[in-house]
Amino acid sequence: MTDQEILAGLAEIIDEIAGVPADEVTPEKNFVDDLDIDSLSMVEIAVAAQDKFGVEIPDEQLKDLKTVQDVVNFVSKNS
Amino acid sequence: MSNNDQAIVVVTGLGATTPLGGDVASTWSAMLAGTSGVQRLTESWVDTLPVKIAAPAAADPVAVVGRVQARRMDRCEQFALVAAREAWADAGSPTVEPYRLGVAVSSGIGGIGSTITAYDTLRERGWDRISPYTVPMLMPNGAAGWISIELGAKAGAHALVSACASGAESIGYGIDMIRSGRADVVVAGGTEAAIMALNVGAFAAMRAMSTRNDEPSRASRPFDKGRDGFVLGEGAGVLILESLPHALARGARIYAVAAGAGYSADAFHISHGSPDGGGVSFAMSAALKNAAVSPAQVTHVNAHATSTPEGDPLEARAIETVFGDSSSSVVVSATKSMTGHLLGGAGAIESVASVKALTDRVAPPTINLDDLDDEVTISVATKSTPLAPHPGVDGPMAVLNNAFGFGGHNVALVFTEYVPPAPEGSAEEG
Repeated sequence: MTDQEILAGLAEIIDEIAGVPADEVTPEKNFVDDLDIDSLSMVEIAVAAQDKFGVEIPDEQLKDLKTVQDVVNFVSKNS
Repeated sequence: MSNNDQAIVVVTGLGATTPLGGDVASTWSAMLAGTSGVQRLTESWVDTLPVKIAAPAAADPVAVVGRVQARRMDRCEQFALVAAREAWADAGSPTVEPYRLGVAVSSGIGGIGSTITAYDTLRERGWDRISPYTVPMLMPNGAAGWISIELGAKAGAHALVSACASGAESIGYGIDMIRSGRADVVVAGGTEAAIMALNVGAFAAMRAMSTRNDEPSRASRPFDKGRDGFVLGEGAGVLILESLPHALARGARIYAVAAGAGYSADAFHISHGSPDGGGVSFAMSAALKNAAVSPAQVTHVNAHATSTPEGDPLEARAIETVFGDSSSSVVVSATKSMTGHLLGGAGAIESVASVKALTDRVAPPTINLDDLDDEVTISVATKSTPLAPHPGVDGPMAVLNNAFGFGGHNVALVFTEYVPPAPEGSAEEG
């Protein structure tokens, strides 16, 4: 899966869970500061990402994933 | 400004979403027209249950709160937020110092739909697939929390839980918050969303519900000889309560005075009312005393009357006890005949109806009352009935709303017409 495909899939998840339009989900965005996503929604996003990409994101890793690019990198590296 | 003024609490906003309509105006006009909100349910789970009817909300709350916020909120929380937004806008969206704005909104059961969904998810897919929002969705104080966040209400957000008296008890608590000086404005009410298999099955197991499945609109029939139990409804009602000085200072439109509340506990049985109605009449008398209103001022009672064989005559006896000789001139309405029983939302939407009855001077009908129970000798309105102050009675016209809950909780609320102060110069300065 290319980074572009991961980004598109992630944007779809974030739209569904947090209502952020897909075109606003760009790599440099910070989940908390830019996309207004709280920790509970981050858990939902991580679980949905696990289903979509087949990559488990452990809790201790999740707290270090601050930006959209961080998640794309994590998925890309572990898939 | 005297201390007495500060103790006066007025109603400056109303909100409701009910089986009859998505707001107060549509609910009230359907009520006056004698419309039933009860229908045959089409969900497949009714196949296994003896009860196949209910009164679902007329408007989908998701359409109002929005998809993303709705997925973090139980349906009962969504209803409460919808009603709170309407009430707040109706009150003119006042600017209130955050620590002077409170919330008292509850439900009888809490987010039972979310609890059931989460348990299904737990069993079928495991703990890590449960929504991380499940706890705030199932807690019965969730609605109060969401409303406080929405409005920035920091004086305290409370959820008074007393089964089907919860909504009324919350309004009583809201009155007290203002009287005790904790708040200038309180968003108060109740909500419920419990039309699902577990709850219907559980109430059916108590033999508490109507099984008149073939005639849904005729099933809820308080005080009628043919009544066979209550019909479950859903929705929410919210009042904006405000101290009179605060309301006057901002030029608010005043619907009524939230004059007082009275409470009692039957201390008898966990789900049966005390047959002598003593607890119920005590709560009504206590509310009148708390409101400094004489029984003769009361022209209308919105009864709790749920259409159960046992409960309705008990309340009727209590109304007779409290109003004595004047009970025949009190117009009693049982609006659950149209809305079904909203449990924790009941006392709240019926308080909205009571305030509307007072301001429009008309009592809504009790539908399906074809054959009055022989034990019931009070005057139950079968059609919309004009209200007028009883001749020769001092003090403003008053209405009373009853709400009782399993556990033995009895709550009565009294609302009176607001009489503006005499023009300046015509009264002595205090």
